Parts: sequence; C-alpha cells; structure tokens
Amino acid sequence: MRLAPVFLGSLARRRVATLFSFAAIVLGVALGMAVQAVHEAALSEFGRGLRAMAGEADLQVLGPRGGFDENLYAQLAARREVAEASPVVEVQAKVAGREETLQVLGIDVFTLARVTPVLLPRVVESSKTTEGSGRFATLADDTLFLSTAAQSAFGVKPGDSLHLQAGTRTVTLRVAGDLPGADENRRLAVMDIAAVQKHFARLGRLTRIDLRLAAGVEPEAARTGLQALLPAGVVIEAPETAENQAANLSRAYRVNLTMLAAMALLTGGFLVFSAQALSVVRRRTEFAFLRAIGLARQQLFAWLLAEGALVGLAGGVVGVALGHGLAWAMLALLGGDLGAGYFSGLQPQLQFQPEVTAIYVALGVLAGVAGAWLPAREAATVSPAQALKAGDEAALLGGRGHPALGLALLLASLAACWIPPVNGLPLGGYLAIACLLAGSVMLLPAVASGLAWLLPEHGPVASRLATARLAAAPGHAVVAAAGVLTSVALAVAMAIMVASFRDSVDQWLTQILPADLYLRASSAQTSGYLDEAQQARIAAVPGVGSVSFTRHENLRVTAGQAPIALIARPVSADGRELPLVGATRPGAGEPAIWISEAMHDLYGWRPGQRVELPLAGRPVPVHVAGVWRDYSRQTGAVLIDLADYRRLTGERLANDAAIKLAPSATATQVAAALKATGSAGALEIAYPGEIRATSLRIFDRTFAVTYLLEAVAVIIGLAGVAASFAALAAARRREFGMLRHLGLTRRQIGWMLAQEGALAAGVGVLGGLLAGSAIGLVLIEVVNRQSFHWSMDVHVPWGSLTLFAAGLIALAALAAVLAGRQAMRQDAVLAVREDW
Amino acid sequence: MHGSVPPKRLGLLRCWLAERWSFLDDHGAHPDCRTEWWYATGWLSLPDGSPLGFQSTFFRVRTGVGEGNPSAFAPRQLILAHAAIADPRLGRLRHEQRAARVGFGRAGFATGQTGVWIGDWRFEQSDGRYQATIAGEDFAYALSLTAGGPPVLNGDAGFSRKSPDPRHASYYYSRPQLKVSGTVTLDGRTQPVTGQAWLDHEWSSELLPETAQGWDWIGLNLDDGSALMAFRLRGKDGSPLWSAATFSQGAGRVQALSPDAVAFTPLRQWRSARTGITYPVEWRVRIGTRDLHLQALIDDQELDSRRSTGAVYWEGAVRVTEDGREIGRGYLEMTGYGEKIRTCR
Repeated sequence: MRLAPVFLGSLARRRVATLFSFAAIVLGVALGMAVQAVHEAALSEFGRGLRAMAGEADLQVLGPRGGFDENLYAQLAARREVAEASPVVEVQAKVAGREETLQVLGIDVFTLARVTPVLLPRVVESSKTTEGSGRFATLADDTLFLSTAAQSAFGVKPGDSLHLQAGTRTVTLRVAGDLPGADENRRLAVMDIAAVQKHFARLGRLTRIDLRLAAGVEPEAARTGLQALLPAGVVIEAPETAENQAANLSRAYRVNLTMLAAMALLTGGFLVFSAQALSVVRRRTEFAFLRAIGLARQQLFAWLLAEGALVGLAGGVVGVALGHGLAWAMLALLGGDLGAGYFSGLQPQLQFQPEVTAIYVALGVLAGVAGAWLPAREAATVSPAQALKAGDEAALLGGRGHPALGLALLLASLAACWIPPVNGLPLGGYLAIACLLAGSVMLLPAVASGLAWLLPEHGPVASRLATARLAAAPGHAVVAAAGVLTSVALAVAMAIMVASFRDSVDQWLTQILPADLYLRASSAQTSGYLDEAQQARIAAVPGVGSVSFTRHENLRVTAGQAPIALIARPVSADGRELPLVGATRPGAGEPAIWISEAMHDLYGWRPGQRVELPLAGRPVPVHVAGVWRDYSRQTGAVLIDLADYRRLTGERLANDAAIKLAPSATATQVAAALKATGSAGALEIAYPGEIRATSLRIFDRTFAVTYLLEAVAVIIGLAGVAASFAALAAARRREFGMLRHLGLTRRQIGWMLAQEGALAAGVGVLGGLLAGSAIGLVLIEVVNRQSFHWSMDVHVPWGSLTLFAAGLIALAALAAVLAGRQAMRQDAVLAVREDW
Repeated sequence: MHGSVPPKRLGLLRCWLAERWSFLDDHGAHPDCRTEWWYATGWLSLPDGSPLGFQSTFFRVRTGVGEGNPSAFAPRQLILAHAAIADPRLGRLRHEQRAARVGFGRAGFATGQTGVWIGDWRFEQSDGRYQATIAGEDFAYALSLTAGGPPVLNGDAGFSRKSPDPRHASYYYSRPQLKVSGTVTLDGRTQPVTGQAWLDHEWSSELLPETAQGWDWIGLNLDDGSALMAFRLRGKDGSPLWSAATFSQGAGRVQALSPDAVAFTPLRQWRSARTGITYPVEWRVRIGTRDLHLQALIDDQELDSRRSTGAVYWEGAVRVTEDGREIGRGYLEMTGYGEKIRTCR
C-alpha cells in the first residue's frame, strides 16, 4: 500500500493551511539565518582584521586612547623575555572636508618588520615621484601608506595627497604606497611613528606596544611578569582578547535578535500544530479505516509526523535561502552590525557556512515535527471503532488546558527574572519569556471559557451560538488563539520595549543637551581637539554667554575588559544636571566621579564607594558620587569634573564645547563666528535639535531590524488566524448544512462565524496583550539591563496597541467569514448528507 | 669635525673637509656624514683547525628625515647591521641582519671612539681592542680584535676617491692584520676560536657616481705581515669606472696605487639558486707587478640584506695564491651583480 499520497498528499489538499504553516517556518528560519549569517560575517571580518593587526605578536601592551609614556617602550624592549617590541601610536584621524575618519597607525618600520610584518608599507613609485625618492619614504614625516580599501574610499592613489585634520589644523600627506599585507577590506593608514607623534600632538606618547617573546618564554608567565612594570591604566593582553571583547560586546545584541527569530519559529510551530490538529480531526474516519485495514499505530503516528516534517523541511530549505538573501540585503543596507554601530569601517563579506545552514534547516524540521507531535499522538491513540462513529470533531484536543501547570510556569518566569547573567547573556530573561509564553498558552482555555461565561446569554441567535461554542468547545479556541497569542505577545512586548527605550532616550537627550550650541573639533576624538588657544578664542567670540568644555578620553581599568569612556566636563557637586539614577552620595575630600549604570553592573562600583581611577599613569583614589544613565556606551563611562581632571592629569585639551548664548545673541551668527575661529571645515557646530534628531535617527536605524521582526510577527499571527479558521470552517461543513436546514440564512451563519472569529482572536489578543506586557517588562528590566547595562522608564504605547488589537480582531473576523464562505459554497443538503 | 651641520647642507662636502686626522676622534662616528660603516671581516680557526669566515658590519645612516621633528622616534640616524659566518661544512652563510633608528637605547653610536650597537649586537673599542658581539638565530660570536700596527690610510692620506670627480669620495682607513680571539657558537655549541681579521672604517656623504652599478673589493692579510686593499667600481656594462689599491708593508710603510695599477679579471662564475644572480667566485687580481689568484672558501657566500640595507651582495672569505702558493687570506666583496647598488658601501 502506497501511503505517501494518503498522508503527504493531504498537505496539498489543504493548500491554504499548509501554505501558512510553511510561510511561518520560512520566516522564522530566514530571520534566524539572516541574523546569524550577517553577524558571523561581521565578526569574522572584525576578527580577521584584528588578527592581521596583531601579526605575530604574542602579547600587546595597551593603554588608553590618550596613550602612555613612550619610555615604557625602552623599558620593555630591554627585557630578556622580549625578543622584539614594536611601538605603535594609533589615531583616528578625520579626513579634512569629509565625514569619514581613517585609522592611522604610527609605526617603526624596523621593529614592525619583526613583529607585525603584515602591516609593512610598500613604496609604490608613481609618475609624480622622482626615482629614488622612495628610499626613505617609509620614514618620511610627510608620507603615508594606505590600504586598498582606504585608497578607494577616499579616491586617492599613490602619488596623490590626502588632507587629515590634526587638532583644528590640516596636515597634507603624500600617499607614498600601499599596505600589500593588510586586510583589503580595512580602511587603514600607516605612517612613521615620529611623524604621527609630531602631526597629531602625540609627542612622548604611545598607544600600543606589540611584543614578540623570546623563544621558550610562556606568554602567560611573561604577561604576569611584565604587567608589574606597567603604570596604572596600561594593560598587557594576548591579542585574541580584543577579538573576544568585540565578540562579547555584540554578542548580546546578536543573541537578542536570534531569540526574536526563534520566537518567530515557535509561532511557526504553533501554526503547524493548529493546522495539523484540525486536519487530524477532519481525517478521523479516514485514519480509522486505515487502522482497520491493518495500519499500525506507530506507522500512523510516523506518517503524521512526516507531514509536519515535510512542511518544516520545505520551510527550512526555503528559509535558509531567503535568509541568505536577506543577510545580503541587510549587509548592503545596514552594515555588518545591522546598524547598531559595533563594527564601523568594515565591509564584511557574506560566507556560506554549510554546518550552520544545516542547523537552521533542522530547526525548521524540528518546528514542523514539534507542531505535528501532539495531533499525531492524539490521532494514533484513538481506537478505530470509536473514530469510525461520525461527528465527533468537537472533541478536539486541548480540552480545558493545564491551568495549574500554566500558573506554575508563570510563577517560574517570575523567579527566572532574578537569575544573574550567564557569561554576559541574560539567559534568565529568556527563560522567563519562554515560561511566560508557555504558561499563557496553557492558561488560554481556562481564560476562554471564563470569558464565555462573562458574555451576555441573550441577543441574536448568531451571537448566542458563537458564545456557546466558545464556552462549550474551548479546544477550538485554543488552537485558533494560541498562534494569535504568541505573535501578539511578541509584537506587544517589542512595541513596549522599543517605545520605552525610545522615550527614555528622547528624555535623556533633552537632559544631556541643555546648551544652545555644541561645537566639536571632529568626530575623531584623537585627531581633532581644541587646544588652549582655541578654547580661549571660542570663549572670546561675541555672543557667547558661557562655555563648558568637555574632554573625551578612555581608560583601561582591568586587563581583558574593553576600555571605559572617561568624560571630563564641568559638573556641579550634586550632579543635578546629569540624568541620575537612584540616590547620590556626594562626598567631600577626594574628587567625585559619576559612573554610568554599566560601571555599576560590570565593575560593581557603588555610590559612596572609594575606587581608583588610572589617570596620567598612576592610580588616583576617587569617590563614586552617583550613577547616571548612559545610552551611548555599553562598556561603561565615568564622568569627572573638568577642573579635577585637569588638576590630576595636567592635560588642557578639549574635544567639545557646549555654548550658552548671551541674551540677545542669535544662534546662527554666533555659530558662524565660532566656525571662523578654526581653519576651514575643522570645527563642527551642531544645534541640540539636530543632535537629537540625528541620535533618534540612529536609534531608529538600530531598531530597524526589530521593527522588521515585529512586522513579521504580526503577519504570522494573521496567517495563523486565517489558517485556523479556514481549517475549522472546512471541518464544520456539516454543521453549516444543519444550521441552514434549521432556517438560518447564509448571512446569519456568516455573522456567527465573524463573531466566533472575533471571540477566538479576542481571547488570543487579550492573552497576547497580557503576556506581551509581561514579556515587555522582562525585556526592559532583565534582558536589556543584563545585555546592555542600561535601565529605561516603562512607556506603554496605548494608542497603537489598541489600534493593533482592534485591527487584529477585525481581521480575524474577516478571515473567519471568508473561510466560512468557502465552506458554505457547497449545497446545504449535500453537506448534511455527507454523513449518511 | 662634528659641528652641527644644518640639515639642508647634508650631502655637501662639508662633512669630510677635515683639517687633520685625529684618531682620538675618527675611530668614533661622524654623525654629520650621510653614510658611515665599520666593517670587520676575517678568517677564524676552530680548535680542530677547520676554518670559518666571519663578517660583522655596522652601518650608520643620516637620513636627512625628521631633522626638525622633536619626537624621540625621529629617524634622523639609523643603524643597520649585517653579521655572517661562512661555514664550509654548511656550504653557505649563516647570516642575519638588523635595522633600527637611533634612540630609546635600542641602537646608537659613540663619537670619539668606536662604539656602535643595535639591540645586543655591538661593535666597540676598549683598551685598544675592538669587541664584536653578535647573537643570531643559529649562530653567535664574541670576538676580540687586536691591532698590531697603526691604522692604514687609504687613498690620499685617507681621502679615498671613487671617481674622477672629487665629490665622489670618502674618508677611509683600514686596520689589517687584526689578531682575533674569542668564541663562536654554532647550533648551540660554543667553541674558542683564533684568527686574523680586517677592519674598514669609512664615512662619506656622496660616495658613488650615478653611473656606478656596483663594486668589487678585497682586503687581504698576507702571511708575510703585509696587507692589500683594492677595489674597483663597475659601470652598467661591467667595465671598470675607477680602481684603487693600498699596499701596506707594516710599520707605517704604505703605498697607494693609482687606478691603472689595479686590474680585476673574473675567472669562474657561480650562480645563486636563491636569487638567480651570477657572481665571479675566482679572480685574478693584478696589483702593480704582482699577479694574485683569489679562490672562495665556499662558492655560496651570498648575503640577502633586502630587509635592512636593501642590497643582495656576495661577501666571503677567500684564499690568496701567488705562483700556485698560498700567501694569505682575506675577504672579497661584490655588489651590484643583481640590482644596481643604491646604498652604503
């Protein structure tokens, strides 16, 4: 007996339901695959770049962006365990007249050759250079060597000139050649170390020393030994550490996206479940015959699973293909970090990874099989004799659900919220979300029948029939509503989280941008700065009421951790102008610092605590006065009063100026006068409104992917409703025939179906709203806090949620009517006769 | 002689317009000159009597770059070094090279007396002796070189012309017949050695005429206590552009020979499989009335220094015979057989 047409062929007979299940799985798999592929491409590109930069170095000595004393180089190079030390001064230089910055490495070509030969510059003779001028080109102070990517990005070739901003001046450098060994996708420039020190005001400073160890020296032992020589704020690490840091930094973001994709897949599984559940009920008699003529219980079970698996397989295969296409489009449009800004300056290439792709196909199959499991088991356990008796569709699985287990799961989700992050990942948060979803689905039947009791028992026949159906046969409602609940919960949770986040960022921006005008030397904080003379010129511009300067630096507090941001600006003793979180503990005596929430989470610093900050190469005891909210730096930021910073470090440079206008001064005139104090194009002026708009635009771009996921969740939810009702309506042809015989008009039956659809969807939407709000809270308080270390104020977008819920219920009603119309096309008499 | 010279005048004759020789000063570096080197070569003998050749060369280069840059990394002066051991049992050179900018104690030079170093490689003068200390991947040596007589001034009292144009010249003295003692480490095994060596110290700002493709140079310690230095510059077609020789009979008796008294004739060629360059490894050299025959200790004494000075050259130990009888040993240097020589020496 050939059974394949009987079972797998049935998928083709209920095309619509199959198509929706398939689509849901395709979307889930495609999204997961796309996020994975994009991130993998970005990470491998980033890692490759880092490895190339590290070359053959065994260890790297790293300091803050401002660097450390260059004499450390002499000290380290003279150590027995060090075979060669290659000093590096790195600056991010702004290309004059353009927005982009260029990573410039100042290197000593002689030691570079022995530690990081991949970065060796190559002189390229051009028509504009005379023969032999290349001899000391790698040492000259007016040349630089550009990677292929940098040459094409800035449209220059060897022989051309490139203008870089240094402070508020412009330095003109000749492109003397390329970097044949460097990563071709990386924008990179190499110059002589002395030239970088001179042009970019880095005299006496280094930012990095790459070490190659003597033969037989263990890197770990050397690391411990050499760390003792280093001043505060300078760390020694194996080169892989930076790669791991980048991976860790973006991992939480990636896992968050992948989790959302997983939930889309879960919805797909639900749709398979609902389609299979209804289809199995419809085919009961068919299965009973098959069983009666000798099909074993296990075989029936296996074939029904195979139906789900086939849908899953098809969805998985199409999903990974779509996912790769999506990844390609996302890379082209949003970049390797999906717009989140983790990997700027990279051009990752998409790579096909067979193993990962296979895993995603398998996930699709798994969703299909899992969805088909319960209906298959149900069908296989029914005895053929009982099933051969007609008209038992109402006994759909699900029954009254498992309210006790559902409640237990909800309680468990509450407990899971207190699980601390594992490896920087909010696993407790994800567990809580999973429990919330599962618990809500299990409670759904109880909610549905409870709701039915609450509805009025009078009214038109159609309404009463619809209500009675919900109260008497909640199994139907469960199947139809479970998919709705899942997708609504997801959409609502995301909407609440994103709305809260956006609202908090908006408020935060208002709070941190109190001045009338902002001026900065350049977006590249190492190459652009305001020296004291420039600061004086700014303060002297007529119309400037008051100026407060900000210095941006970074610090390395612990080896193995990414550097933290240091912001030095005037701040009052109680920090009232900061977006503070929680109580403050202003202290007297030691200089006060204000830490971001990430410092609190990652380093365990608390208000009132005394900590040490590595400033100017020595540990400085400071007092933690309070915690402020920082949405721009997830690795941590420390804010210190500018006067304290200058006193402690002796450094007088600034990067930004916040300007309050004098009364009666006009912003545009003052802005023009301010611009004129620096060389053309060196100073950027921004109005707070502009900065705010730009920041929110960046925010929206970052969340573009989550908006996309949200839209997908809604589509899946609608598809679920439509598919469930199509299947349900088809199964109830006999009932419709009976009702027509009893005298109901087609119109009345349609109205009944609409109400049934609205009721089922209403139950799902209601459950989804409740579960989604709870999940939204978990996302805000647990997942975001643990992943990115920032808090936010809850903001529920009531208006759009109401609109969304109402729209979904209306669409469900419409879907039910359309499905019913399809079923009622048949003659009523024929429909009733089907049984006899 | 070490007055500060404005950078723009670097490369003019100024740096070698010396008033007089003063070996108190002139053993040391002449930082105003563009190029300077200390070139020690010689034959060593292991305890079992088997011969080795050694070379240690330290170059100082004034780049003319970064003169106005206050950075401590400013590459005003560079030190480059080549070291080699010619080992007949290996059949080729063991050699290594280093390059660094002067500063941070990583590389430097002394004025007044000989002292030049890069990392732990050093060549320095103390107590009337020179000390060469080299440590490479697969060889190391620490040699003490003692002079028996005064320095031999080459050319016209140390003013060594390289072309008919007096702009192309150097200050150049040699110290032949240096007695060597010390240790050589090969493949981790350290052994005492003795031998004879030769030191050249030469500095200049404008050494070679544009037309020069390369040169052939010999420094020979003859068994009778005399010593011979001879070189010739070759043009692009291999024809000699300029030659010179100094014959020292010891005890200060020095005879400078005119260009036409020196003739180099190649006898046998050897081709390097690594670079594809062909070098003459057997020569007949006519110096005045004498007719010398040079034979390499091993054919493959090619040294690839493209990572430091940028040149590929042949620098090797040679035996000298006259009338079929060995009369001495020395070193032969051949440059410009591949690409045109660009830099020092």
